[in-house]
Amino acid sequence: MFPSQFTYHRAASVAEAVQLLGSNEGAKLLAGGHSLLPMMKLRVASPPTLVDIGHIADLKGVSADGDGVRIGALTTHAEIAGSALVQERAPVLAEAASRVGDPAVRNRGTIGGNVSHADPQSDLPTVLTALGATINATGPGGDRSIAAADFFTGLLENALEDNEVLTSVSVPGVASGAGTAYVKFSHPASRYSVVGAAAVVSLSGGTCSSATVVVGGVESTPTRASSVEAALAGSATGGDALAAAASAVSGDFGGDPVGDVFASNEYRQAMAAVYVRRALEAAVARAG
Amino acid sequence: MSVPVEVTINGRAYSGEVEPRQLLVHFIRENAGLTGTKVGCDTSQCGTCTVQLDGAIAKSCTVLTVQASGSSVTTIEGLSNGVDLHPLQEAFWNKHGLQCGFCTPGMIMASAELLKNNPSPSREEIRHALEGNICRCTGYQNIVSAVEEAAGAMGGS
Amino acid sequence: MTTRSFGSGIRRREDPRLITGKAPYTDDIKLPGMVHAAILRSPHAHANIKSIDTSGAASQPGVLAVYTGADLDGVIAGMPCAWLLPGSDLKTPEHPAIAKDRVRYVGDAVAVVVAGTRYEAEDALEHIDVEYETLGVVINPKDAAQAGAPQLHDDVENNIAFTWAVAGGDTDAAFASADVTVSDTITLPRLIANPMEPRSAIASYLAAMNELTLWSTTQNPHICRFLTSVVTGVPEHKIRVIAPEVGGGFGSKIPYYPDEAITAFCAMQLGVPVKWTETRSENYLATTQGRDHVEEVEMAATSDGTITGLRTTVYAGMGAYLSTAAPGVPTILHGLMYSGAYNIANISGTIHGVFNNGTPVDAYRGAGRPEATTLIERLVDLTAAALDMDPAELRRKNLIPKFENGHDVATGIIYDSGDYELTLDACLNNADYAGLRASQAAARAEGRLVGIGMATWVEICGLGPSQVAGAVGFQGGLWESAIVRFHPTGKVNVMVGSSPHGQGEETTFAQIVSEELGVPVEDVEIIHGDTDNTPMGWGTYGSRTTVVSGGAIAFASRKIKEKSKELAAHLLEAAVEDIEYEDGTFFVRGSADQAKTIQDIALMANVAWNMPEGMEPGLEASAFYDPPNFTYPFGTHLAVVEVDPETGRIDLQNYWAVDDCGVQINPMIVEGQVHGGVVQGVGPALWEGVVYDDNGQPLTGTMQDYALPRADLLPDINVGSTTTPSPHHPLGLKGVGEAGTIAATPTVYNAVMDALRPLGVNRVDMPLTPEKVWRAINDAKNGG
Repeated sequence: MFPSQFTYHRAASVAEAVQLLGSNEGAKLLAGGHSLLPMMKLRVASPPTLVDIGHIADLKGVSADGDGVRIGALTTHAEIAGSALVQERAPVLAEAASRVGDPAVRNRGTIGGNVSHADPQSDLPTVLTALGATINATGPGGDRSIAAADFFTGLLENALEDNEVLTSVSVPGVASGAGTAYVKFSHPASRYSVVGAAAVVSLSGGTCSSATVVVGGVESTPTRASSVEAALAGSATGGDALAAAASAVSGDFGGDPVGDVFASNEYRQAMAAVYVRRALEAAVARAG
Repeated sequence: MSVPVEVTINGRAYSGEVEPRQLLVHFIRENAGLTGTKVGCDTSQCGTCTVQLDGAIAKSCTVLTVQASGSSVTTIEGLSNGVDLHPLQEAFWNKHGLQCGFCTPGMIMASAELLKNNPSPSREEIRHALEGNICRCTGYQNIVSAVEEAAGAMGGS
Repeated sequence: MTTRSFGSGIRRREDPRLITGKAPYTDDIKLPGMVHAAILRSPHAHANIKSIDTSGAASQPGVLAVYTGADLDGVIAGMPCAWLLPGSDLKTPEHPAIAKDRVRYVGDAVAVVVAGTRYEAEDALEHIDVEYETLGVVINPKDAAQAGAPQLHDDVENNIAFTWAVAGGDTDAAFASADVTVSDTITLPRLIANPMEPRSAIASYLAAMNELTLWSTTQNPHICRFLTSVVTGVPEHKIRVIAPEVGGGFGSKIPYYPDEAITAFCAMQLGVPVKWTETRSENYLATTQGRDHVEEVEMAATSDGTITGLRTTVYAGMGAYLSTAAPGVPTILHGLMYSGAYNIANISGTIHGVFNNGTPVDAYRGAGRPEATTLIERLVDLTAAALDMDPAELRRKNLIPKFENGHDVATGIIYDSGDYELTLDACLNNADYAGLRASQAAARAEGRLVGIGMATWVEICGLGPSQVAGAVGFQGGLWESAIVRFHPTGKVNVMVGSSPHGQGEETTFAQIVSEELGVPVEDVEIIHGDTDNTPMGWGTYGSRTTVVSGGAIAFASRKIKEKSKELAAHLLEAAVEDIEYEDGTFFVRGSADQAKTIQDIALMANVAWNMPEGMEPGLEASAFYDPPNFTYPFGTHLAVVEVDPETGRIDLQNYWAVDDCGVQINPMIVEGQVHGGVVQGVGPALWEGVVYDDNGQPLTGTMQDYALPRADLLPDINVGSTTTPSPHHPLGLKGVGEAGTIAATPTVYNAVMDALRPLGVNRVDMPLTPEKVWRAINDAKNGG
């Protein structure tokens, strides 16, 4: 299996990529290709033009950005997982990146490609939403930034315009002393997350001062578990407190449900409570 | 429609005119005639097409030749010097780490990357590193043993 | 003196070409002028074809030809079913290579495009317009057998392809007088064999000579030649089938496929070599699958734990057509094994082979025996539970006691030899069974769901006596032949008709010759896989190759030894009776210096300067080995699992296997077969299974959805063995290729059910995916 015919352009710069997107109707960007090419091989997607941004050096690498990090769109999962800067400032992102796909996929798949693919069963959208990350893009009208929470708009849909190039992801540093965790129910075949849960928890004198919890795999976009967060705020973290808070996640689902032959939506919702609790337990254990 | 490409495979430059949609695995197999790299699935799961691309393993069924133009590829045929076996090849042989042999080139390439990054992996770590490579014959156990043995032979423990 | 290697785990001689990527598999072969075929497959599970318009495809770049069923009609015969089960009212409806007016499963071939490149051929498929009228679909084999179900074939009432029965004793009486009876409905999911190498074929036809050469990913090149002749009309002696390196088969490369016939047809029409290679997604539609059983089963026992009866009704899905060996799999290879490793005096089984709108089902590793072992071993556990007995002790009580030369069971077959309690004890001992039960009790006290499962099993292997094959309707023999040929330098070629493809017989066969004739193992080359340079053989499947071809090699070697002895006597000017043989040397009794090595003999026989009166030149022998009985390997396996009660996820924590496959030629290879077999048996218990929706669309159509065992999901397997030689085999061999697969499914299934037992859960359909287990746990908690 292989893709349908298309016209190929290799862009030397972001500006050229934007220009190529504008001048080729239906053109798609190609980064690592690990989200797009599988769809093209199965002919689920058949774009007439590909604009290869994979060789634009500006889009690669991790750099410090205030107290957080800025991750170039072409940075691979393996690079993110192995980055000392990410491990220090947003360890949960490194944790999630280390669990994407398999080693060969992590070497080629990029954060930009992964995020723009907007697959609800992917790991990074869940974590980036939990971290309050910002997606940076460049289009004909210049640069703009989109909050992760606003970026994922539907199943395999994002907030980018057709002629915008995702250039980087800005991830704020996790607050000092906060504990973070990402836990994943990995599909035995696809290795995508059946359910993934990300938690960022700050403690104050044995109670939870703030928490951010996001669940992936249950709905077409990452689910912000506001009910869980509300239940946690000011709550103790011992005993059944975390389980009780996690069970509130059922009140957070109301969007477009995701389910398949392996795991129905009902099951995914039930698992969300389990995995949220496990993420909270891990995050609390790591919180200082 | 076709575009010029040049890919260095096992130290030798291969150039040609290919359709942009051509998969790297097909360039390796058809244009370069190096058929040790296999096609076992069409969804990037099985790992039989695993090669080193600019020093890191990739599933060559999920890379376009045009993306790899200008890059350097190492396949199973280029893993050793052509005279001696690579320690992993020797260990797969010693430990009966293969039966039908179809997954073996990809499995060895994936194992080589593991040992580069982690010279002394535990059996558990080996199993995780090979999660992207499917073998239907061996049940993986002797593959894990082979990687362990190769790690020892290559100076790990 | 040679180094004896028989019985030791020497490295495989086939490996150097494989670990370096140099071995050519079919798709690696490129012939001058070769073009490529791609097959259009039905997107519907059941539909009439109203019209096909191929003109759009014919005008695509590079396209040489487009053919439909109408083009093949009268030229390529229907696909043959080669197991014509007697006494079963067998129906064999026509199975055209390319559907003519009706498609019956998603994947049924509808047209073929031949083009200059594979990319061009596959592109052109999108330009064939087919108008379908969809029909009713039925998938579940029991549903398909009911009146009113959609009918697949006009002349097959209620889709029943055959009904076959096995009976021994008086089952009704046994159940009537039983103290306890248990029953269950067991579903063996439809499985995809998944050899890592997809199927492929290359056909090359020389019209002037009417000669057809077919490279094929087959497990049995001689059967492939036979059936290619039947289907294409090219005489058998004008056909050469070559199985180059073959990347696993597990049964799915036994059948004769439409795709090979289509490829041959294209090559014959166009006069150029044509290659066809399936994609993995295509493999998931068009390559035969396994199992697909719905089994309604019951066991009767007395209060002291004596099993007195077994009764079954089985609905075995056949898919849309009868594949090559399909009818024999759920019957001869299944029902005849209902006694398992036990003395069960009263057995009756009825098996319905049922057409359904799925991919054809045929042999898949274990073929019928995993389906039998699963139902027996599950019923044994249920009986133990009903009697509140330990499942190991119930097994021990009912095992057939040790026997060395023949034991009759109620189904009418005769097991060759067995010491079942030996493997049970070894396995329980290796696993520290008492310790495991103690830890389980402790875990249960903490509310953890830990389970221990086991299976004590026996299988029918080494297929098999040809007279029996004929009696049960197999349209071929089951013997094997071998030619052992010494060259002047003392090097040896062995030509065999079977066709190993990963099992390592290039090594084990050489070990046999080395053992028999004292030549260094590296001086023996095994030639297989090409009908032009190998003798007739029936192929590699059914754990038969080492056993049956090995027997032929042993007998051919012994003929060589006899001739060598006579020639040595002549050369040494001694009487034949005075010649002794040891480790490759023939010498005059009492005078060790008066000797000829086998290499000396090979040279002298080949130059033939000084032969005894009447002795032919050369040192070569051929032998045909038709086994007098099947072989019956056996063993005990045991697994420990823990179920996560919150998620239903199962952690397979530990696995012990003790197998007895008779004499072992190469224990390293035997262990490898057990590892791989066990993991394939774990697959359907935990992960594997084809799922169709109500319209017959597969929902597990790629490796992203069909979950295969991966390295990180498995523990190491602890392997042990015992040795009970087969009494009727010249080397005492029994075969080991399928053992693990037969044992592991019920072992792991029983373990999970044992884990769930405190909750009152008794059954969950396989594969035991987390959601199913989670639902079963919840239903039980909610009093369901």
